[in-house]
Amino acid sequence: MSIAALQETRILTGRSLRHILRSPDTIITTAVTPIAMMLLFVFVFGGALQSTGSEPYVNYLLPGILLITIASGVAYTSYRLFLDLSDGLIPRLQTMPISRSSILWGHVLTSLAANAASLLIVVAVAFLCGFRSHASFLAWLAVAGILAVTTLSLTWIAVVAGLSAKSVDGASAFSYPLIFLPFISSAFVPTQSMPGPVAWFAQNQPVTAIVDSIRSLLDGQSAGGSIWIALAWLVGLMGVAWVLSLVIYRKKIGA
Amino acid sequence: MNAVEVHSLHKSFNDLDVLRGVDLSIPSGSIYALLGSNGAGKTTLVKILSTVLKPDSGKAMVNGFNVSAEPAQVRASLSVTGQFAATDAVLTGRENLELIARLRKLPHAGKIADGLLERFNLTDAAARKVSTYSGGMRRRLDIAMSLVGDPLLVILDEPTTGLDPQARIQTWQSIKDLAAAGTTVLLTTQYLDEAEQLADRIAILHEGTIIQEGTLAELRTLMPAPRVEQVVRQATLEDIFLSLVSPSANVEEGAQS
Ligand SMILES: Nc1ncnc2c1ncn2[C@@H]1O[C@H](COP(=O)(O)OP(=O)(O)OP(=O)(O)O)[C@@H](O)[C@H]1O
Ligand SMILES: [Mg+2]
Repeated sequence: MSIAALQETRILTGRSLRHILRSPDTIITTAVTPIAMMLLFVFVFGGALQSTGSEPYVNYLLPGILLITIASGVAYTSYRLFLDLSDGLIPRLQTMPISRSSILWGHVLTSLAANAASLLIVVAVAFLCGFRSHASFLAWLAVAGILAVTTLSLTWIAVVAGLSAKSVDGASAFSYPLIFLPFISSAFVPTQSMPGPVAWFAQNQPVTAIVDSIRSLLDGQSAGGSIWIALAWLVGLMGVAWVLSLVIYRKKIGA
Repeated sequence: MNAVEVHSLHKSFNDLDVLRGVDLSIPSGSIYALLGSNGAGKTTLVKILSTVLKPDSGKAMVNGFNVSAEPAQVRASLSVTGQFAATDAVLTGRENLELIARLRKLPHAGKIADGLLERFNLTDAAARKVSTYSGGMRRRLDIAMSLVGDPLLVILDEPTTGLDPQARIQTWQSIKDLAAAGTTVLLTTQYLDEAEQLADRIAILHEGTIIQEGTLAELRTLMPAPRVEQVVRQATLEDIFLSLVSPSANVEEGAQS
Protein backbone atom coordinates (compact mmCIF):
# COMPACT_ATOMS: atom_id res chain seq x y z
CA MET A 1 0.00 0.00 0.00
CA SER A 2 1.22 3.46 -0.82
CA ILE A 3 1.36 6.29 1.70
CA ALA A 4 -1.59 7.94 -0.02
CA ALA A 5 -3.65 4.74 0.26
CA LEU A 6 -2.83 4.52 3.97
CA GLN A 7 -3.91 8.11 4.44
CA GLU A 8 -7.18 7.48 2.57
CA THR A 9 -7.81 4.36 4.66
CA ARG A 10 -7.24 6.42 7.82
CA ILE A 11 -9.71 9.10 6.68
CA LEU A 12 -12.37 6.54 5.74
CA THR A 13 -11.81 4.60 8.97
CA GLY A 14 -12.36 7.86 10.87
CA ARG A 15 -15.59 8.31 8.96
CA SER A 16 -17.01 4.89 9.82
CA LEU A 17 -15.84 5.17 13.43
CA ARG A 18 -17.91 8.33 13.55
CA HIS A 19 -20.90 6.30 12.36
CA ILE A 20 -20.37 3.96 15.32
CA LEU A 21 -20.00 6.80 17.79
CA ARG A 22 -23.31 8.21 16.53
CA SER A 23 -25.05 4.88 17.10
CA PRO A 24 -23.28 3.38 20.12
CA ASP A 25 -26.37 1.22 20.60
CA THR A 26 -24.94 -1.10 17.94
CA ILE A 27 -22.08 -1.95 20.29
CA ILE A 28 -24.51 -2.59 23.15
CA THR A 29 -26.81 -4.63 20.89
CA THR A 30 -23.85 -6.74 19.82
CA ALA A 31 -23.03 -7.46 23.47
CA VAL A 32 -26.58 -8.05 24.72
CA THR A 33 -27.34 -11.42 23.09
CA PRO A 34 -24.04 -13.07 24.11
CA ILE A 35 -24.44 -11.70 27.64
CA ALA A 36 -28.00 -13.05 27.84
CA MET A 37 -26.71 -16.44 26.65
CA MET A 38 -23.96 -16.34 29.24
CA LEU A 39 -26.41 -15.58 32.06
CA LEU A 40 -28.75 -18.30 30.82
CA PHE A 41 -26.05 -20.94 30.63
CA VAL A 42 -24.34 -20.00 33.89
CA PHE A 43 -27.38 -19.48 36.10
CA VAL A 44 -30.04 -21.71 34.49
CA PHE A 45 -28.30 -24.63 32.75
CA GLY A 46 -24.97 -24.25 34.54
CA GLY A 47 -25.73 -26.70 37.36
CA ALA A 48 -26.67 -29.46 34.96
CA LEU A 49 -23.77 -28.82 32.61
CA GLN A 50 -21.12 -28.67 35.33
CA SER A 51 -18.75 -31.45 34.41
CA THR A 52 -15.38 -29.81 34.29
CA GLY A 53 -14.18 -30.14 37.86
CA SER A 54 -13.65 -27.34 40.30
CA GLU A 55 -13.50 -24.40 37.88
CA PRO A 56 -16.69 -22.29 37.65
CA TYR A 57 -18.68 -23.09 34.49
CA VAL A 58 -18.37 -19.49 33.30
CA ASN A 59 -14.63 -20.11 32.86
CA TYR A 60 -15.46 -22.98 30.52
CA LEU A 61 -18.14 -20.98 28.72
CA LEU A 62 -16.52 -17.60 28.13
CA PRO A 63 -14.41 -18.37 25.00
CA GLY A 64 -17.48 -19.56 23.08
CA ILE A 65 -19.44 -16.51 24.21
CA LEU A 66 -16.65 -14.27 22.93
CA LEU A 67 -16.84 -15.94 19.50
CA ILE A 68 -20.61 -15.45 19.41
CA THR A 69 -20.05 -11.78 20.24
CA ILE A 70 -17.73 -11.37 17.26
CA ALA A 71 -20.06 -13.32 14.96
CA SER A 72 -22.96 -11.01 15.76
CA GLY A 73 -20.78 -7.88 15.72
CA VAL A 74 -19.48 -8.36 12.18
CA ALA A 75 -23.05 -8.38 10.85
CA TYR A 76 -22.96 -4.59 11.24
CA THR A 77 -20.04 -4.41 8.82
CA SER A 78 -22.02 -6.03 6.02
CA TYR A 79 -25.00 -3.87 6.88
CA ARG A 80 -22.97 -0.64 6.71
CA LEU A 81 -21.17 -1.73 3.56
CA PHE A 82 -24.48 -2.51 1.90
CA LEU A 83 -25.76 0.97 2.80
CA ASP A 84 -22.61 2.60 1.40
CA LEU A 85 -23.18 0.80 -1.88
CA SER A 86 -26.88 1.61 -2.12
CA ASP A 87 -26.55 5.22 -0.85
CA GLY A 88 -24.14 5.82 -3.70
CA LEU A 89 -21.18 6.81 -1.53
CA ILE A 90 -19.03 3.97 -2.85
CA PRO A 91 -19.94 4.78 -6.48
CA ARG A 92 -18.87 8.38 -5.78
CA LEU A 93 -15.56 7.29 -4.26
CA GLN A 94 -14.92 5.22 -7.40
CA THR A 95 -14.84 8.39 -9.50
CA MET A 96 -12.30 10.01 -7.18
CA PRO A 97 -8.53 9.78 -7.36
CA ILE A 98 -8.17 7.49 -4.36
CA SER A 99 -7.20 3.88 -3.79
CA ARG A 100 -10.15 1.64 -4.58
CA SER A 101 -9.98 -0.70 -1.63
CA SER A 102 -9.47 1.97 1.04
CA ILE A 103 -13.20 2.05 1.79
CA LEU A 104 -13.17 -1.71 2.45
CA TRP A 105 -10.19 -1.40 4.78
CA GLY A 106 -11.93 1.47 6.55
CA HIS A 107 -14.88 -0.80 7.32
CA VAL A 108 -12.62 -3.67 8.40
CA LEU A 109 -10.57 -1.56 10.81
CA THR A 110 -13.74 -0.03 12.21
CA SER A 111 -15.11 -3.51 12.81
CA LEU A 112 -11.94 -4.33 14.76
CA ALA A 113 -12.50 -1.33 17.06
CA ALA A 114 -16.25 -1.90 17.50
CA ASN A 115 -15.84 -5.59 18.28
CA ALA A 116 -13.05 -4.85 20.75
CA ALA A 117 -15.47 -2.57 22.61
CA SER A 118 -18.24 -5.20 22.62
CA LEU A 119 -15.78 -7.90 23.77
CA LEU A 120 -14.61 -5.72 26.66
CA ILE A 121 -18.20 -5.31 27.83
CA VAL A 122 -18.81 -9.06 27.66
CA VAL A 123 -15.59 -9.84 29.57
CA ALA A 124 -16.52 -7.29 32.23
CA VAL A 125 -19.91 -8.97 32.71
CA ALA A 126 -18.18 -12.37 32.81
CA PHE A 127 -16.09 -11.15 35.76
CA LEU A 128 -19.32 -10.12 37.50
CA CYS A 129 -20.62 -13.65 36.89
CA GLY A 130 -17.68 -15.16 38.69
CA PHE A 131 -15.18 -15.60 35.86
CA ARG A 132 -11.62 -15.83 37.18
CA SER A 133 -8.42 -16.25 35.18
CA HIS A 134 -4.97 -17.56 35.97
CA ALA A 135 -3.56 -16.07 32.80
CA SER A 136 -0.37 -14.04 32.71
CA PHE A 137 -0.22 -10.71 30.92
CA LEU A 138 1.38 -12.42 27.92
CA ALA A 139 -1.38 -15.01 27.82
CA TRP A 140 -3.99 -12.23 27.83
CA LEU A 141 -2.12 -10.62 24.94
CA ALA A 142 -2.21 -13.93 23.07
CA VAL A 143 -5.96 -14.16 23.70
CA ALA A 144 -6.41 -10.61 22.39
CA GLY A 145 -4.37 -11.59 19.33
CA ILE A 146 -6.52 -14.65 18.62
CA LEU A 147 -9.69 -12.58 19.04
CA ALA A 148 -8.32 -9.89 16.70
CA VAL A 149 -7.46 -12.45 14.01
CA THR A 150 -10.90 -14.02 14.46
CA THR A 151 -12.54 -10.61 14.07
CA LEU A 152 -10.51 -9.91 10.94
CA SER A 153 -11.44 -13.19 9.26
CA LEU A 154 -15.12 -12.96 10.14
CA THR A 155 -15.16 -9.31 9.05
CA TRP A 156 -13.80 -10.18 5.61
CA ILE A 157 -16.54 -12.79 5.35
CA ALA A 158 -18.95 -10.02 6.32
CA VAL A 159 -17.50 -7.87 3.53
CA VAL A 160 -18.23 -10.62 1.01
CA ALA A 161 -21.80 -10.81 2.34
CA GLY A 162 -22.31 -7.04 2.30
CA LEU A 163 -20.97 -6.71 -1.25
CA SER A 164 -23.07 -9.53 -2.67
CA ALA A 165 -26.30 -8.86 -0.76
CA LYS A 166 -29.43 -7.89 -2.65
CA SER A 167 -31.24 -6.46 0.38
CA VAL A 168 -30.48 -5.07 3.83
CA ASP A 169 -31.76 -8.24 5.50
CA GLY A 170 -29.71 -10.42 3.20
CA ALA A 171 -26.61 -8.43 4.14
CA SER A 172 -26.65 -9.63 7.75
CA ALA A 173 -28.26 -13.07 7.32
CA PHE A 174 -24.85 -14.70 6.82
CA SER A 175 -24.06 -14.23 10.49
CA TYR A 176 -26.78 -16.64 11.75
CA PRO A 177 -24.83 -19.80 10.87
CA LEU A 178 -21.70 -18.20 12.35
CA ILE A 179 -23.55 -17.57 15.61
CA PHE A 180 -24.87 -21.14 15.56
CA LEU A 181 -21.55 -22.86 14.87
CA PRO A 182 -20.24 -22.63 18.48
CA PHE A 183 -23.17 -24.79 19.64
CA ILE A 184 -21.72 -27.75 17.72
CA SER A 185 -18.25 -27.35 19.16
CA SER A 186 -16.53 -27.60 22.51
CA ALA A 187 -17.84 -24.13 23.43
CA PHE A 188 -20.68 -25.22 25.74
CA VAL A 189 -20.10 -28.88 26.49
CA PRO A 190 -17.12 -31.19 25.83
CA THR A 191 -17.38 -32.83 22.41
CA GLN A 192 -17.03 -36.33 23.93
CA SER A 193 -20.59 -36.03 25.20
CA MET A 194 -21.95 -35.73 21.63
CA PRO A 195 -23.13 -38.59 19.37
CA GLY A 196 -20.49 -39.95 16.95
CA PRO A 197 -20.89 -38.00 13.68
CA VAL A 198 -21.73 -34.76 15.51
CA ALA A 199 -18.69 -35.20 17.75
CA TRP A 200 -16.54 -35.76 14.65
CA PHE A 201 -17.81 -32.53 13.10
CA ALA A 202 -17.41 -30.65 16.38
CA GLN A 203 -13.83 -31.81 16.86
CA ASN A 204 -12.79 -30.86 13.35
CA GLN A 205 -14.45 -27.50 12.87
CA PRO A 206 -12.50 -24.30 13.57
CA VAL A 207 -14.58 -23.09 16.54
CA THR A 208 -13.36 -25.96 18.73
CA ALA A 209 -9.71 -25.21 18.04
CA ILE A 210 -10.22 -21.48 18.67
CA VAL A 211 -12.27 -22.02 21.83
CA ASP A 212 -9.86 -24.64 23.21
CA SER A 213 -6.81 -22.45 22.74
CA ILE A 214 -8.44 -19.39 24.31
CA ARG A 215 -9.68 -21.53 27.22
CA SER A 216 -6.24 -22.97 27.91
CA LEU A 217 -4.60 -19.56 27.75
CA LEU A 218 -7.15 -18.03 30.13
CA ASP A 219 -6.63 -20.97 32.46
CA GLY A 220 -2.93 -20.18 32.65
CA GLN A 221 -1.88 -23.21 30.61
CA SER A 222 -0.11 -23.45 27.29
CA ALA A 223 -2.49 -23.51 24.34
CA GLY A 224 -0.69 -26.51 22.87
CA GLY A 225 -1.31 -27.51 19.27
CA SER A 226 -4.83 -26.13 19.09
CA ILE A 227 -3.60 -22.55 18.71
CA TRP A 228 -1.81 -23.45 15.46
CA ILE A 229 -4.83 -25.29 14.13
CA ALA A 230 -6.95 -22.28 15.08
CA LEU A 231 -4.59 -19.81 13.39
CA ALA A 232 -4.33 -21.96 10.26
CA TRP A 233 -8.12 -22.01 9.95
CA LEU A 234 -8.44 -18.28 10.61
CA VAL A 235 -5.68 -17.15 8.29
CA GLY A 236 -6.95 -19.53 5.59
CA LEU A 237 -10.52 -18.26 5.91
CA MET A 238 -9.34 -14.66 5.95
CA GLY A 239 -7.25 -15.17 2.81
CA VAL A 240 -10.13 -16.76 0.90
CA ALA A 241 -12.66 -14.13 2.04
CA TRP A 242 -10.23 -11.29 1.29
CA VAL A 243 -9.52 -12.45 -2.27
CA LEU A 244 -13.20 -13.17 -2.84
CA SER A 245 -14.27 -9.73 -1.63
CA LEU A 246 -11.76 -7.96 -3.88
CA VAL A 247 -13.01 -9.98 -6.87
CA ILE A 248 -16.66 -9.25 -6.08
CA TYR A 249 -15.83 -5.59 -5.40
CA ARG A 250 -14.09 -5.18 -8.76
CA LYS A 251 -17.07 -6.72 -10.48
CA LYS A 252 -19.57 -4.69 -8.50
CA ILE A 253 -18.02 -1.31 -9.21
CA GLY A 254 -17.56 -2.30 -12.84
CA ALA A 255 -13.81 -1.73 -13.00
CA MET B 1 -8.15 22.28 -26.17
CA ASN B 2 -11.20 20.10 -25.80
CA ALA B 3 -12.04 18.92 -22.31
CA VAL B 4 -13.68 15.80 -23.69
CA GLU B 5 -12.95 13.96 -26.95
CA VAL B 6 -14.92 10.83 -27.79
CA HIS B 7 -14.46 8.80 -30.98
CA SER B 8 -16.72 5.97 -32.13
CA LEU B 9 -17.40 4.74 -28.63
CA HIS B 10 -19.23 1.43 -28.32
CA LYS B 11 -20.74 -0.19 -25.25
CA SER B 12 -23.21 -3.01 -24.91
CA PHE B 13 -24.65 -4.89 -21.97
CA ASN B 14 -25.07 -8.54 -22.95
CA ASP B 15 -26.96 -8.18 -26.25
CA LEU B 16 -28.23 -4.65 -25.61
CA ASP B 17 -26.22 -2.20 -27.74
CA VAL B 18 -26.43 0.99 -25.71
CA LEU B 19 -23.71 3.09 -27.36
CA ARG B 20 -23.17 2.36 -31.05
CA GLY B 21 -20.46 4.73 -32.16
CA VAL B 22 -20.67 7.95 -30.16
CA ASP B 23 -18.57 10.94 -31.30
CA LEU B 24 -18.35 14.01 -29.10
CA SER B 25 -16.08 17.02 -28.53
CA ILE B 26 -16.62 19.35 -25.61
CA PRO B 27 -14.67 22.64 -25.72
CA SER B 28 -12.93 23.59 -22.48
CA GLY B 29 -14.81 26.11 -20.38
CA SER B 30 -18.19 25.51 -21.96
CA ILE B 31 -21.45 24.12 -20.65
CA TYR B 32 -22.42 21.12 -22.70
CA ALA B 33 -25.81 19.44 -22.47
CA LEU B 34 -26.38 15.82 -23.39
CA LEU B 35 -30.05 15.25 -24.12
CA GLY B 36 -31.69 11.88 -24.35
CA SER B 37 -34.78 10.03 -23.24
CA ASN B 38 -34.87 7.32 -20.58
CA GLY B 39 -32.48 4.53 -21.38
CA ALA B 40 -30.73 6.43 -24.17
CA GLY B 41 -27.34 5.73 -22.56
CA LYS B 42 -26.51 9.07 -20.94
CA THR B 43 -25.49 7.53 -17.63
CA THR B 44 -23.53 4.84 -19.44
CA LEU B 45 -21.52 7.52 -21.27
CA VAL B 46 -20.95 9.40 -18.00
CA LYS B 47 -19.69 6.22 -16.35
CA ILE B 48 -17.26 5.56 -19.17
CA LEU B 49 -15.92 9.12 -19.01
CA SER B 50 -15.45 8.82 -15.26
CA THR B 51 -13.60 5.47 -15.65
CA VAL B 52 -16.23 3.52 -13.73
CA LEU B 53 -17.20 1.51 -16.82
CA LYS B 54 -14.87 0.27 -19.56
CA PRO B 55 -15.91 0.89 -23.16
CA ASP B 56 -16.05 -2.10 -25.55
CA SER B 57 -14.26 -0.15 -28.25
CA GLY B 58 -13.55 3.40 -29.33
CA LYS B 59 -11.58 6.11 -27.62
CA ALA B 60 -12.42 8.62 -24.91
CA MET B 61 -10.09 11.39 -23.73
CA VAL B 62 -10.75 13.60 -20.70
CA ASN B 63 -8.58 16.70 -20.22
CA GLY B 64 -6.00 15.10 -22.47
CA PHE B 65 -5.93 11.75 -20.65
CA ASN B 66 -7.13 8.45 -22.06
CA VAL B 67 -9.87 6.90 -19.89
CA SER B 68 -8.65 3.37 -20.57
CA ALA B 69 -4.91 3.92 -20.32
CA GLU B 70 -4.69 6.71 -17.72
CA PRO B 71 -7.72 6.29 -15.43
CA ALA B 72 -5.94 7.73 -12.39
CA GLN B 73 -5.14 11.00 -14.17
CA VAL B 74 -8.69 11.17 -15.52
CA ARG B 75 -10.15 10.73 -12.04
CA ALA B 76 -7.86 13.44 -10.71
CA SER B 77 -9.04 15.91 -13.35
CA LEU B 78 -12.80 15.52 -13.11
CA SER B 79 -15.59 15.26 -10.66
CA VAL B 80 -18.94 13.54 -11.03
CA THR B 81 -22.35 14.04 -9.49
CA GLY B 82 -24.19 10.84 -10.26
CA GLN B 83 -27.83 10.58 -11.18
CA PHE B 84 -28.73 9.50 -7.64
CA ALA B 85 -27.55 11.54 -4.67
CA ALA B 86 -24.40 10.10 -3.11
CA THR B 87 -24.01 11.56 0.35
CA ASP B 88 -23.30 10.09 3.76
CA ALA B 89 -26.61 10.37 5.62
CA VAL B 90 -25.09 9.86 9.07
CA LEU B 91 -22.61 12.72 8.72
CA THR B 92 -23.54 16.39 8.70
CA GLY B 93 -23.42 18.50 5.56
CA ARG B 94 -20.13 20.06 6.62
CA GLU B 95 -18.59 16.68 7.46
CA ASN B 96 -19.54 15.34 4.03
CA LEU B 97 -17.74 18.21 2.32
CA GLU B 98 -14.73 17.92 4.64
CA LEU B 99 -14.54 14.19 3.95
CA ILE B 100 -14.22 14.79 0.22
CA ALA B 101 -11.73 17.64 0.71
CA ARG B 102 -9.53 15.47 2.92
CA LEU B 103 -9.70 12.53 0.53
CA ARG B 104 -8.55 14.92 -2.18
CA LYS B 105 -5.68 15.88 0.16
CA LEU B 106 -6.59 19.56 0.15
CA PRO B 107 -5.38 21.77 2.98
CA HIS B 108 -7.99 23.77 4.95
CA ALA B 109 -10.85 21.29 4.45
CA GLY B 110 -13.00 23.25 6.90
CA LYS B 111 -12.63 26.48 5.00
CA ILE B 112 -13.46 24.81 1.68
CA ALA B 113 -16.56 23.28 3.27
CA ASP B 114 -17.72 26.64 4.66
CA GLY B 115 -17.32 28.31 1.28
CA LEU B 116 -19.36 25.69 -0.52
CA LEU B 117 -22.04 25.58 2.18
CA GLU B 118 -22.54 29.28 1.74
CA ARG B 119 -22.58 29.06 -2.03
CA PHE B 120 -25.30 26.42 -1.96
CA ASN B 121 -27.43 28.03 0.78
CA LEU B 122 -26.72 25.23 3.21
CA THR B 123 -24.99 27.18 5.96
CA ASP B 124 -27.99 26.96 8.28
CA ALA B 125 -28.19 23.20 7.86
CA ALA B 126 -24.43 22.63 7.93
CA ALA B 127 -24.34 21.03 11.38
CA ARG B 128 -27.36 18.80 10.80
CA LYS B 129 -27.19 15.15 9.79
CA VAL B 130 -27.89 14.76 6.08
CA SER B 131 -30.63 12.23 6.92
CA THR B 132 -32.72 15.24 8.01
CA TYR B 133 -32.24 17.10 4.70
CA SER B 134 -34.95 17.45 2.08
CA GLY B 135 -34.36 15.91 -1.33
CA GLY B 136 -33.40 19.27 -2.80
CA MET B 137 -30.96 20.10 0.00
CA ARG B 138 -29.35 16.71 -0.41
CA ARG B 139 -29.02 17.27 -4.13
CA ARG B 140 -27.40 20.66 -3.57
CA LEU B 141 -24.96 19.15 -1.10
CA ASP B 142 -24.26 16.40 -3.61
CA ILE B 143 -23.36 18.94 -6.29
CA ALA B 144 -21.31 20.96 -3.79
CA MET B 145 -19.36 17.80 -2.98
CA SER B 146 -18.31 17.47 -6.60
CA LEU B 147 -17.00 21.01 -6.67
CA VAL B 148 -14.51 20.41 -3.87
CA GLY B 149 -11.03 21.03 -5.19
CA ASP B 150 -12.12 22.93 -8.31
CA PRO B 151 -11.83 20.09 -10.84
CA LEU B 152 -11.28 21.03 -14.48
CA LEU B 153 -14.35 19.13 -15.63
CA VAL B 154 -17.58 18.67 -13.70
CA ILE B 155 -20.05 16.06 -14.92
CA LEU B 156 -23.60 16.35 -13.62
CA ASP B 157 -25.97 13.48 -14.42
CA GLU B 158 -29.51 14.92 -14.38
CA PRO B 159 -28.65 17.54 -11.75
CA THR B 160 -32.15 18.96 -11.35
CA THR B 161 -34.36 15.89 -11.57
CA GLY B 162 -36.59 15.90 -8.49
CA LEU B 163 -35.87 19.51 -7.52
CA ASP B 164 -38.58 22.11 -7.03
CA PRO B 165 -38.49 25.07 -9.44
CA GLN B 166 -36.73 27.30 -6.93
CA ALA B 167 -33.98 24.81 -6.20
CA ARG B 168 -33.71 24.21 -9.93
CA ILE B 169 -33.06 27.86 -10.62
CA GLN B 170 -30.50 28.01 -7.81
CA THR B 171 -28.74 24.97 -9.24
CA TRP B 172 -28.74 26.54 -12.71
CA GLN B 173 -27.15 29.65 -11.24
CA SER B 174 -24.40 27.59 -9.60
CA ILE B 175 -23.72 25.85 -12.89
CA LYS B 176 -23.47 29.19 -14.68
CA ASP B 177 -21.09 30.46 -11.96
CA LEU B 178 -18.94 27.39 -12.45
CA ALA B 179 -18.62 27.92 -16.17
CA ALA B 180 -17.95 31.61 -15.63
CA ALA B 181 -14.99 30.59 -13.47
CA GLY B 182 -13.61 28.50 -16.35
CA THR B 183 -14.79 25.02 -15.38
CA THR B 184 -16.08 22.79 -18.13
CA VAL B 185 -19.52 21.39 -17.34
CA LEU B 186 -21.07 18.35 -18.97
CA LEU B 187 -24.65 17.82 -17.90
CA THR B 188 -27.19 15.27 -18.93
CA THR B 189 -30.84 16.14 -18.83
CA GLN B 190 -34.27 15.18 -20.06
CA TYR B 191 -35.53 18.75 -19.71
CA LEU B 192 -35.30 20.71 -22.92
CA ASP B 193 -35.68 24.04 -21.12
CA GLU B 194 -32.70 23.18 -18.93
CA ALA B 195 -30.49 22.67 -21.96
CA GLU B 196 -31.92 25.83 -23.50
CA GLN B 197 -31.22 27.88 -20.36
CA LEU B 198 -27.72 26.69 -19.68
CA ALA B 199 -25.91 25.06 -22.51
CA ASP B 200 -23.43 26.58 -24.95
CA ARG B 201 -23.74 23.45 -27.01
CA ILE B 202 -26.28 20.63 -27.05
CA ALA B 203 -26.01 17.04 -28.24
CA ILE B 204 -28.90 14.64 -28.66
CA LEU B 205 -28.18 10.99 -27.90
CA HIS B 206 -30.67 8.70 -29.57
CA GLU B 207 -30.54 4.99 -30.36
CA GLY B 208 -26.89 4.76 -29.56
CA THR B 209 -25.48 7.68 -31.51
CA ILE B 210 -25.40 11.47 -31.39
CA ILE B 211 -28.06 12.38 -33.94
CA GLN B 212 -27.68 16.17 -33.64
CA GLU B 213 -25.08 18.48 -32.14
CA GLY B 214 -24.60 22.21 -32.08
CA THR B 215 -25.53 25.51 -30.44
CA LEU B 216 -29.15 26.21 -29.70
CA ALA B 217 -29.24 28.60 -32.68
CA GLU B 218 -27.85 25.91 -34.95
CA LEU B 219 -30.39 23.38 -33.72
CA ARG B 220 -33.19 25.94 -34.28
CA THR B 221 -32.32 26.18 -37.96
CA LEU B 222 -33.31 22.52 -38.25
CA MET B 223 -36.87 23.53 -37.50
CA PRO B 224 -39.26 25.00 -40.09
CA ALA B 225 -39.10 28.81 -40.16
CA PRO B 226 -41.17 30.34 -37.39
CA ARG B 227 -44.55 31.71 -38.29
CA VAL B 228 -45.79 34.93 -36.76
CA GLU B 229 -48.84 34.28 -34.66
CA GLN B 230 -50.92 36.66 -32.62
CA VAL B 231 -50.89 35.20 -29.11
CA VAL B 232 -51.39 36.92 -25.80
CA ARG B 233 -48.61 35.56 -23.64
CA GLN B 234 -50.16 34.18 -20.51
CA ALA B 235 -48.01 33.71 -17.45
CA THR B 236 -46.80 30.13 -17.44
CA LEU B 237 -47.56 27.92 -14.49
CA GLU B 238 -43.90 28.14 -13.61
CA ASP B 239 -44.08 31.96 -13.47
CA ILE B 240 -47.12 31.81 -11.22
CA PHE B 241 -45.68 29.15 -8.95
CA LEU B 242 -42.41 31.03 -8.59
CA SER B 243 -44.06 34.36 -7.83
CA LEU B 244 -46.28 32.74 -5.19
CA VAL B 245 -43.72 30.70 -3.33
CA SER B 246 -40.69 32.90 -3.53
CA PRO B 247 -41.11 36.63 -3.27
CA SER B 248 -37.40 36.65 -2.44
CA ALA B 249 -36.22 34.30 -5.19
CA ASN B 250 -34.67 37.09 -7.22
CA VAL B 251 -33.00 38.60 -4.20
CA GLU B 252 -31.46 35.25 -3.32
CA GLU B 253 -30.22 34.74 -6.82
CA GLY B 254 -28.65 38.16 -6.81
CA ALA B 255 -26.97 37.47 -3.49
CA GLN B 256 -25.51 34.26 -4.83
CA SER B 257 -23.73 35.48 -7.88
N1 LIG C 1 -25.04 -2.61 -15.73
C1 LIG C 1 -25.99 -2.78 -16.67
N2 LIG C 1 -26.35 -4.00 -17.07
C2 LIG C 1 -27.29 -4.18 -18.03
N3 LIG C 1 -27.92 -3.19 -18.64
C3 LIG C 1 -27.61 -1.94 -18.29
C4 LIG C 1 -26.63 -1.66 -17.30
N4 LIG C 1 -26.52 -0.32 -17.15
C5 LIG C 1 -27.40 0.21 -18.03
N5 LIG C 1 -28.05 -0.74 -18.72
C6 LIG C 1 -29.06 -0.51 -19.78
O1 LIG C 1 -28.51 0.36 -20.71
C7 LIG C 1 -29.48 1.27 -21.19
C8 LIG C 1 -28.98 2.69 -21.01
O2 LIG C 1 -28.94 2.99 -19.63
P1 LIG C 1 -28.50 4.40 -19.07
O3 LIG C 1 -28.60 4.32 -17.60
O4 LIG C 1 -27.20 4.78 -19.65
O5 LIG C 1 -29.64 5.34 -19.66
P2 LIG C 1 -29.93 6.88 -19.36
O6 LIG C 1 -29.89 7.60 -20.65
O7 LIG C 1 -29.04 7.37 -18.28
O8 LIG C 1 -31.43 6.80 -18.84
P3 LIG C 1 -32.18 7.67 -17.71
O9 LIG C 1 -32.62 8.92 -18.37
O10 LIG C 1 -33.36 6.82 -17.35
O11 LIG C 1 -31.25 7.86 -16.60
C9 LIG C 1 -30.76 0.96 -20.44
O12 LIG C 1 -31.58 0.17 -21.26
C10 LIG C 1 -30.30 0.17 -19.26
O13 LIG C 1 -31.26 -0.76 -18.87
MG1 LIG D 1 -29.27 8.06 -16.45
